Parts: sequence; structure tokens; C-alpha cells
Amino acid sequence: MIRFENVTKRFPDGTEALKDVSLVMPAHQLTVIIGPSGCGKTTLMKMINKLEKPSNGKIYIDEQPITDLDEVQLRRSIGYVIQRIGLFPHMTIADNASLVPKLLGWPKEKKDARIRELLELTGLSPDTYMERYPLELSGGQQQRVGVVRALAGDPNIVLMDEPFSALDPISREQLQDELRNLQQTIHKTIVFVTHDMDEALKIADTIIVMKEGQVEQVGTPQQLIDEPANEFVRNFIGIERIRQKRAFGDKKLKEFIHLFDTEWQGEAQTIPADSTINEAFHQLEKNPSHRLAVTAGDRVIGYASGRDLLKAALLKEEEVAQ
Amino acid sequence: MNNFFHTLMTRQDMIQSAFLEHIYLSFVAVAIGIAIALPTGIIIARYRRYAEPVIGVTAVFQTIPSLALFGFLVPILGIGSNTALIALIIYALLPILRNTYTGITGVDSSTIEAGRGMGMTRTQILRQIELPLALPFIMAGIRTATVLTVGIATLATFVGAGGLGDIIYRGLQSYNNALVLAGALPVALLAIGFDMVLKWIEKRTTPKGLKI
Repeated sequence: MIRFENVTKRFPDGTEALKDVSLVMPAHQLTVIIGPSGCGKTTLMKMINKLEKPSNGKIYIDEQPITDLDEVQLRRSIGYVIQRIGLFPHMTIADNASLVPKLLGWPKEKKDARIRELLELTGLSPDTYMERYPLELSGGQQQRVGVVRALAGDPNIVLMDEPFSALDPISREQLQDELRNLQQTIHKTIVFVTHDMDEALKIADTIIVMKEGQVEQVGTPQQLIDEPANEFVRNFIGIERIRQKRAFGDKKLKEFIHLFDTEWQGEAQTIPADSTINEAFHQLEKNPSHRLAVTAGDRVIGYASGRDLLKAALLKEEEVAQ
Repeated sequence: MNNFFHTLMTRQDMIQSAFLEHIYLSFVAVAIGIAIALPTGIIIARYRRYAEPVIGVTAVFQTIPSLALFGFLVPILGIGSNTALIALIIYALLPILRNTYTGITGVDSSTIEAGRGMGMTRTQILRQIELPLALPFIMAGIRTATVLTVGIATLATFVGAGGLGDIIYRGLQSYNNALVLAGALPVALLAIGFDMVLKWIEKRTTPKGLKI
């Protein structure tokens, strides 16, 4: 868990990037910090690995103040992915990815096994890519390596600074999906900065909305859409999106069967396919980790997660019609 | 032409020892030039506010006509190869210093940020990222400095430091064009030879990942 306590950041020219921010980023969750440019979101994130230092206030990781920690050691224990990727062009993919394990002094076998495992996880075949150089890869592939590099030292916390915004729309969508899937395996505490609300709604467990150095609202994607705290948040999410979501709330589950998984091993509660989306949300609220087994008669026709429902609600009319 | 070959044959010993002196002067001057300019370049790349003044000073040295510089140094340091070396070192500084500085500051800031964010120390960033990526620039600076030095070293003769300048000067004094050529041609060959060797080293030191 990362906790900010009355953190203020004043730059030498007098501008205040952060004004008395207090918040908590829960462990093992993906927290997205979002806001217009200049709102202080990147500054906030960079304070976690001491790339920026607060002018006032304190930051705790698992209740330990980070001022007690050596900055080099701290950074080696935190994964870091940046927008401009920043792979080292003179090193092979394997060398790039194994940088932090090397700094940590891992033995070679452990290092290699770890890199192979992570490359597999991100869909890059180790045998093909390990000995290649960054400039031989596409942007999307490079950023996958960027993610592998961040995860290589097995950090508990991973910071991601607009990691997908420099990519083309298709790669971006792919990497968002992959990150979501990856997170379900690795359960890291991820702090993800973006200015793209679609991205935030898609991947976040918790969203922190910021404006001019202050936190406007903290909540789940669902909460943000249902109960935006103020006019700014409402506008930032987009009136259109909220309206769509409301209208969709009354639609029936059976219209969205194609979005749901057909198999599910975990816990599930049954719900008739005739129920509305709103009813489904309501039922899920009590046990967000469960899935809904959507039934038609006695037969289960699909398993829906809260995220699937949200996706359904955010889909455009024409996409549903198809 | 026959005259030229004749000169080469009869003055073989003299040309040979002048050639070796020339190599010695150029090589030592460049080596010391690297020893001074490379660390200085690294330091001013880290403390950038000193960069302009330091590069400025070496640039001013560069503008002093070489003959004049040799002339200035004689009353202070006397004659001999040390005087010649100091003058040559001064000329070698600027290209190496400037290229080292440009090479290091030219490394993509996102690479540095990534390194910092992953917990590399400043020394690790310098040795594992900045220097390897700046190496092609640094080598290019050393090449420029070497060719320059080989040329200017012909003036070492005026401070009594020998070198192929001796032969050229002797040829000029006796209106012996063949002798002038016998001195000038090895200088040119030496410059080209050094340049080729360094070009090969430059190629070898360019990181593989950058050649794509």
C-alpha cells in the first residue's frame, strides 16, 4: 500500500504542482491517476520512487516512510515504465530486460529464467527476441519489453507513466488488454498515469481524478460514472459516456451474451438473462470478485464479470447492434 | 620524378628517422590530448554550466595561428620536443572535448530517465549508457584531432623538435622540390593511415544495436 500524507510540491519558480494531497493506493490493485496535462499526476507518481521529492508531507510504502529508504535501493525495488519507452539501444532485449536483476546481483540462471518467463507472458517468444536489439522491434513490441524490464526484478510496485500513449491505437488497445490479463496473474501494486479516460475505465481498479494539483475524486470506474463528485469529474468522464451508461442500465443481459466468457472456474452467482444491467451490477456489488452465471432456463449461457458489464455499458449503440 | 625517387633513396635514413619522430610527436600529443579532453568532456557534460566557458577557452586556442603559437611558446618553454608537444596537445583538445560533450549530452533523455528510475547510480549510467552511446562521437573527435595533429606537427621543426617538417623545410630552403615532396608525401600518408585505423576502431566500437 502506498500512502500520501499532506504532500505538497512547490517548484523553484513558485508553481505548486501538488497542493496538500493525501490519498491511499491499495496494494495488489491497479490504480490509475488521471487528469488534464499539468495537473500534477506525473509529479505525484514520480514521488513514489523519489524521482521527485515533496516540498512538504510524507509518503509511506507499507507504512514505512520512504525518506528512510535509500533512493537507489528503493528504485530497484520498484518497476518503472515510461512513455517514451527508453530502452537502451546498444543492449540486446535480454540485456535490457535483465538490467534490474543484474543490478540486484541475481545469478545468471535465475535471471535468464525470469526474463524468459516474462517474455512468454507478454507474448514475445524468448528464442526469437532475446538476442535482438530494440531498434529492430516495433513500438508495441518495444513497450512490451519495457514492461518486462519493469517486472524483471519482481517488484511489488510498478509505476507506469503514460506507457501506451505513444503507440498506435491498435497496439495501445492490445497492450491495455494484455496488462489487464497480466495483472490477473501477477497482482502487483500498479500505479498508472494517463490522460485518456477510455484507458482508465478499461484497466483501473481505482481511479484518482486530479486537477491543478488536487485530487477531485477517488473511486472505482463504476463509482466515477454513477456518482461523479463534481462538475469537473462529470465533464472529464464525458456526459456522453454517462448518458449512454444510464440508458444501457435498463437493457437486458441477454443482449450482451457475446461479451461474456463461456467458461469460468471461480465462484459465481446465477442471474436470469432477462435481468437488466443495473440489476446485475446491483447483485455483483456485494461480491465484486464473483462472476454472474447468466442463465436462460436451466442452462448457463455465459459468465459475466463486473468489467464485462461496464464494457457493455460503454459500448456504442452501433457496436452492440452488430 | 626520377629526381624524387633519387632523393628518397639517398636520404632514406633521414626521412625514416623524421617519419618516426613525426609519429612520436603526433601519437603522444593525441594520447595526452585524450587523457585531458575526455575526462573534461565527461565532467562538463555533468556540470553543464561550465561547458560553454571550457569549450570557449579551447576554441580560442584553436583560433591562434599554429605558427604563432609555436612562436609564443619558445620564449616560455625554450625549444625542443616538449614545446612542440604542448602546442600540439592544445590543438587536439577542442575536437575531442567538443565531441565528448556533444556525444554525452546527445544521449536520449528518456534512456537516462529509465536508467535512473530503475535504480542505476550516476556512475553506472555514465559507464553503461552514456559512454557506450557517445562512443561513436568521441571516436570521431579523436579522428579529427589526429589528422589535425599530424598536419600541424610539420611545424615542430621551427622549435627544433624534428619530424617530417625538417625535410620539408630543408627542401624549401634549398629550392629542392623533390625534397619537399619527400617530406610532404609521408605526412599525407601518415594522416590517411591514422585516419583509416581509427575509422576501423570507430566501426568496431559502435554498439551493434545502433547500426540497424
